[in-house]
Amino acid sequence: MAIELTINGQAVSLDVDPDMPLLWAIRDVAGLTGTKFGCGKALCGACNVHLDGQVMRSCVIPVSAAVGRKLTTIEGLTEDGNHPVQVAWRELNVAQCGYCQPGQIMSAVALLERNPNPSDDDIDAAMSGNICRCGTYTRIRQAIHKVAEDRS
Amino acid sequence: MSELRHISRREFLKRTGQAGGGLVLALTFTAGCGRVAPGPAGQNTASVAPNVYVNVRNDGIVEIFCHRSEMGQGIRTCLPQIIADEMDADWDRIELIQALGDAKYGDQNTDGSTSIRNQFDLLRNAGATAREMLIAAAAAEWGVPAGECSAREHAVHHEGSGKSAGFGDLVDAAAKLEAPTEAPFKSREDYRYIGKSMDTIDGFAFTTGQAIYGIDTVLPKMLYASIERCPASGGTVVSFDDAKAKAVPGVVDVVKLPDPTSPVLFNVLGGIAVLATNTWAAQKGREALQIEWDRGANGTHESAAYRKALVKSATSSGNPILTRGDVAAAFKAANSVHEAVYYAPYLSQAPMEPPAAIARITDDGGCEAWACTQNPQAAQDTVAATLGIDKEMVKVHVTLLGGGFGRKSKPDFIAEAAWLARETGRPVKVTWTREDDIRHGYFHSVSAQYLKAGLDADGNATSFLHRSCFPSIMSTFDPSATGPGGFELDLGLLDNPYDIANMQLETADAKAHLRIGWLRSVCNVFHAFALSGFVDELAHVAGQDPRDHLLKLLGKPRQVDPADDGAKYTNYGHPLENHPIDTGRIAAVVEKVADMANWGRALPDGHGLGIAVHRSFLSIVGTVAEVSVDKNGKLVVHDVWTAVDAGTVINPDRVTSQMEGAAIFGMSIALHGEITAKDGAVVQGNYDTYPVVRMSETPDAIHVHIMESTAPPGGVGEPGVPPVAPAIVNAYFAATGKRIRELPLRNAGLT
Repeated sequence: MAIELTINGQAVSLDVDPDMPLLWAIRDVAGLTGTKFGCGKALCGACNVHLDGQVMRSCVIPVSAAVGRKLTTIEGLTEDGNHPVQVAWRELNVAQCGYCQPGQIMSAVALLERNPNPSDDDIDAAMSGNICRCGTYTRIRQAIHKVAEDRS
Repeated sequence: MSELRHISRREFLKRTGQAGGGLVLALTFTAGCGRVAPGPAGQNTASVAPNVYVNVRNDGIVEIFCHRSEMGQGIRTCLPQIIADEMDADWDRIELIQALGDAKYGDQNTDGSTSIRNQFDLLRNAGATAREMLIAAAAAEWGVPAGECSAREHAVHHEGSGKSAGFGDLVDAAAKLEAPTEAPFKSREDYRYIGKSMDTIDGFAFTTGQAIYGIDTVLPKMLYASIERCPASGGTVVSFDDAKAKAVPGVVDVVKLPDPTSPVLFNVLGGIAVLATNTWAAQKGREALQIEWDRGANGTHESAAYRKALVKSATSSGNPILTRGDVAAAFKAANSVHEAVYYAPYLSQAPMEPPAAIARITDDGGCEAWACTQNPQAAQDTVAATLGIDKEMVKVHVTLLGGGFGRKSKPDFIAEAAWLARETGRPVKVTWTREDDIRHGYFHSVSAQYLKAGLDADGNATSFLHRSCFPSIMSTFDPSATGPGGFELDLGLLDNPYDIANMQLETADAKAHLRIGWLRSVCNVFHAFALSGFVDELAHVAGQDPRDHLLKLLGKPRQVDPADDGAKYTNYGHPLENHPIDTGRIAAVVEKVADMANWGRALPDGHGLGIAVHRSFLSIVGTVAEVSVDKNGKLVVHDVWTAVDAGTVINPDRVTSQMEGAAIFGMSIALHGEITAKDGAVVQGNYDTYPVVRMSETPDAIHVHIMESTAPPGGVGEPGVPPVAPAIVNAYFAATGKRIRELPLRNAGLT
């Protein structure tokens, strides 16, 4: 059946089972591969997207849960790829393999929107759902602080 | 021919503009490669390729072919740094193209921290020969001696006449010349990019979701496959019922894969594949399969019993592989003897991107695959063997790798996609679930080690025995292998740098019951854990400061050659003259990292500092950790200091990032990592049962210092890992007086 979604500001009609996890609808059906599969069990954050501005694990919520809501993936975070978080990530060369970074960035953007100047403890709390096997955590922390400092 | 091409920021903006909203894949193809590389259709661009790594186009763009796999170590930035530097090419006028798997590139196995340490000269030569060819073309055009011309800022200049010509303008003339096979290298003081922290070339793609990994490639009419494999390694399907699986909407086919081979090699692991129109349908169909397994010869493998057998083997007699002096006599003569058994479990690499590959059968019966592989030529070999076709019929595109850590050196998952593509007649993408990855991998070996030291009246070691027992990687290639062998012994066992008069290094037998593979720094992980932990024990037995004791044990600056004591030591494939085991350099790293941590300072109550040093992959890394135990009894790692002597460094920031990452990877090994088996099957399955370090456990800071050096480059990707776990257990001892000799610390209730 057709599921009507708004992905990154565009209306999209997807012919999928409403129970399909949002992740696979985004990746396999909508063709947006920036949102990553890492665990399938809400353990690693690689699949993080924004639903109405809130960070959600797209691997465990059904595609039907996104109907009527504003769904944003890493591709739609900005038109030009220059969100302050993306810029800070590049300035500090945070990424190693890069695979988890879309999910990390989606978490960081949401954190900074609700808390413009997070402490290390705030960052630990907001970012500990995102695994980076390359171990870029100290730079992620620095990049989040940098965005906060640059804004103030 | 087609390649995965680096997407510049400019291109991205252009394309997303065309697509009007970002629904676009950054996977593009360009026809042709080699001497003449036509650009996009209708825009034939003349070019000249002095060698397989460089192609200079007449629009001035220098195409550089990256023949090594990018998995986070930064090779796609460092490789063009070297070539562009030797050419004196402008950084913004190079275009990086990911090379196909092809023997013409030489070694493409991105493993063993080899890209720079083995290929620095090859890459310099690639750039230098291109430069000399352009200079020769200009000199011929201008009728001046080539020796009077030089390359600078993407152009050739003749000082005497003031003439200059851009690289692109020289393409037509250069195309008429033979490329030199050798050319002089630039001198160190003239480097523009080597030694500079150039930004990561894929940074824009990484932060915008445009980076393409093995799991991301899409082909028309592609099927998505999910495979149920036998819980026990080497087991086979007795029977299966796929009726319910086939009833799942979206499921197109169910296919039995060939049974595992012996030796297992990198071949498919058997099982039943469900193929569907999307990943989720394939996974749902797979859950509906009913399969009866024969678990086979490894079906009774059980970790607790196996551990007892390993420890028994390690504490019984061994096979000497290095003998210095007479340890038996020295133990008898010793004032006291100290001994210990160290144990470390199986580990899974667990890269964030699980194994994933896409394959299609071409009209001529060949196979074309896209995969996150560390070793595209091994992928060609394995796919060819699986399909029974010639290697030349297999084309392997290397995507970005979402982590590798050794797992993606093994192309079994690519062979699965290839085999299923032929069986179904459609392109197939195989995506391993996290559970597949953790349960059916090529595991870092479980190990038991026995160490014994004889001490004189002052507590100084006069004799030393280190016996290592673990199922061997060799078992993957030779099922009769009964214990450690070959290169594994070189990884932190035979290269013992300590100045002890009587030393014996031994191995003990252990038969493999899982697929054994390699993980970032391989046997160095457990060898360094045991050796650096035991050396710290000896410091405390002697009542000496661990740093001072370590320096004393290293002895006077000298070059150690294990062959002097009868060992066959291969030194990571390099002569010891070029890459010595230099105790002076090791000691300098120890002193530096101790200074960085302000070793000897007064510490807060309950805090401890631990130190460890280890040479691996021709580099030396020293690590100090500061730890404490919080009120809940949990270990906290506050700071990590790392000093690295990697010889000549290409990109200091990428070296620093590898050391930062290695500290976290090493912490995961120390704190959490453990794979166990029951009834032949791996018990763990995802990041809940196989935890890795997260932000909340990340130290306040990871401080990295790169030692100044003009020595040839050593490895970088792996050497940061081995000293981390021993530094942490040594720090824990300093903080608490409790000695830990087994990993992970989770089992001691510390996480």
